[in-house]
Amino acid sequence: MALFTFKGGIHPYDGKDLAKDQPIKEYLPKGDCIYPVSQHIGAPAKPIVKKGDRVLVGQKIAEAGGFVSANIFSSISGTVKKIEPHLTPAGAMVNSIIVENDGLFESVEFSAKPYNEMSREEIIGAIKEAGIIGLGGAGFPTHVKLSPKDADAIDYIIINAAECEPYITADYRCMLEVPEKMISGLNIILDLFPKAKGIIGVEDNKPDAIKKLEGLTASESRIQVAPLKTKYPQGAERSLIFATTGRSINSAMLPADAGCIVDNVATAMAIHDAVKEGKPLYERVVTVSGDAVNNPGNFLVKSGTNVAELVDAAGGFKTQPEKIISGGPMMGMAMSSLDVPAQKAFSSLLTFVKDPVSAVSPSACIRCGRCVNACPEFLMPTKLAELADHHEIDRFEELNGAECVQCGSCSYVCPAKRPLAQSMAAGRRQVLANRRNRK
Amino acid sequence: MNEQLYKVSANPHVRDKVTTHSIMLDVMIALLPATLFGFYNFGLSAVITTVICIATCVIAEYAWQHFMGKPVTIKDMSAALTGLLLALNLPADVPFWIPILGGLFAIIVVKQVFGGLGQNFMNPALGARCFLLLSFTGRMTTFTYDAVTTATPLATLKTGGAVDVMKMFIGTIPGTIGETSAIALIIGGVYLVAKKIISLRIPVAYIVTFAVFILLFGGHGLDIPFLAAHLCGGGLLLGAIYMATDYVTSPITPKGQIVFGIILGILTGVFRIFGASAEGVSYAIIISNLLVPLIEKVTLPTAFGMEKKGGKK
Repeated sequence: MALFTFKGGIHPYDGKDLAKDQPIKEYLPKGDCIYPVSQHIGAPAKPIVKKGDRVLVGQKIAEAGGFVSANIFSSISGTVKKIEPHLTPAGAMVNSIIVENDGLFESVEFSAKPYNEMSREEIIGAIKEAGIIGLGGAGFPTHVKLSPKDADAIDYIIINAAECEPYITADYRCMLEVPEKMISGLNIILDLFPKAKGIIGVEDNKPDAIKKLEGLTASESRIQVAPLKTKYPQGAERSLIFATTGRSINSAMLPADAGCIVDNVATAMAIHDAVKEGKPLYERVVTVSGDAVNNPGNFLVKSGTNVAELVDAAGGFKTQPEKIISGGPMMGMAMSSLDVPAQKAFSSLLTFVKDPVSAVSPSACIRCGRCVNACPEFLMPTKLAELADHHEIDRFEELNGAECVQCGSCSYVCPAKRPLAQSMAAGRRQVLANRRNRK
Repeated sequence: MNEQLYKVSANPHVRDKVTTHSIMLDVMIALLPATLFGFYNFGLSAVITTVICIATCVIAEYAWQHFMGKPVTIKDMSAALTGLLLALNLPADVPFWIPILGGLFAIIVVKQVFGGLGQNFMNPALGARCFLLLSFTGRMTTFTYDAVTTATPLATLKTGGAVDVMKMFIGTIPGTIGETSAIALIIGGVYLVAKKIISLRIPVAYIVTFAVFILLFGGHGLDIPFLAAHLCGGGLLLGAIYMATDYVTSPITPKGQIVFGIILGILTGVFRIFGASAEGVSYAIIISNLLVPLIEKVTLPTAFGMEKKGGKK
């Protein structure tokens, strides 16, 4: 079958062999769980419990602080110990509800209205109530995404199953072990958009997942499995939309402007749980991998679990790592400490014995053009990075610097090891700030 | 819990293996067949000239950076590569001071004065070669082959003489050290393309444009041996594969690289057919180098998703 793809991109070492054959194991946290009130894009949630309250698994502990916000649920049973700022994987101190784990995992009863009796509003309401956000990493509240201005203008519901980040195998394991959940989630979204077609985009380095999904969706006339060329950043929203539909969007547009809604595998699964089972989002599959842990694997992790516990789940450190990352090595965030919670959008913990970034120092640009060829947004990273470094923000904006998606391909390929993506990120933030000020 | 602090940096957290050093080394490896053939073809004098060139360039870069209080970057091999390219563009039996003067000019005047690696506006080796050609025309255009001073095939062609195209393809002809063997240069070119050091845009646009120019204006019509002699002869292949593709002095935009190749093809054709000299590649390249900022300005790529809005502003 013809492969779907985009122009540009890179082929980093994928490291998926470390964890890809490890079945999902449930990990139950032993220690306290930490729930930052801001795990999503939008307004922080408002705590609705106080110190000393007893909470159960699946109990709402913080309520959405606005339309673009999300509820937060406890993933363990225990007592609220304190509500105070705590370090998050992104490196910020965020007000967090800390629950002392009683180790009983007593749960509230989940119940859902029979699906065929649910109206469109009730379905979106259930998704909103469950606190579902984009679990690919961005953390945009899903109910907002599913409420575009014109539902009839949506032609495609795309499930982002590319999993193009090296090392991460969480979505892959889900597709092999519980593909029905994801497909059910996709069908729920398709019911919200009667004119839309469902596309599941999977990179072709997961042939068994593609085969499995094709078998399961053979009788579903509205769902198509699209094998994608294995290339980073195939799973970047704009690249994926282009690869599967041929439509292109820029930074000023939402996918809905091109008639598309894109949701990650884990998000689709959470939608199934919320709508069909009435179960809120308080757990997800997380990959723990890299060359510093003894037993890399995939774990069903309760949200709020201390990341240090995940290292123990993977057999502890074989060697002390220099670097630990939340998310993938291309777009993930390096963490200074393990004492952070695995929050909702936490897809993987990567541990590396050596940090390849601090091992190199940038030298002069030789204008080789590798960054230009790699950029999936067809920008000139070396030029833009130079403009950003010199604070020539107007020129940076003229050359479409704000279109950068922060995929990091330019920094990856640069033979002079220049931190191009970092400079561009700084420039882009300045452009966005200027635009806000102009308004 | 764990008190250790881990290293943090902006994404991405992995880097490709390719470095400036590895690229320069790859280009030198690609030049090995042509260099070794030059040593075989011209003997010991070619070896001496090459060694002097490389040594001068590396020492000049070291000395300049050392005395200017700048970080010394000779380990990136770019100075050594400039030295090798300069040597391949010199006749084998030039007096020893020619490669020294050329090396100093290439590194100090063309490269370091303008800011070092990445900032030079023209190819250092070719800048030096043109400087030497203009200053010491006699020494630079006298080619001794098998102990006899002979004209290069292109010069013979220019005066209407006949040439042996097969010899030009193999390389057993007079010329500069590295330019004579078409096959050796092509082997290196295949290596560079396979290793993705260069793209085909510049060499193909250059050679095709030049071939069309020769067919149209060469005065020989569809004369295949004449065309083949022009393609194999002079510095065309050395220039098109190794010098015009110099990253620093060629456009960074994909479209710009094709425009650059076309300009090179036309200029080389004009110089060879209508100029006084038989050769024109060096001048064509350094003149086109000067046009690079302009070419880039008009060939900016349109950002993804910005097509509908009229593209670039």
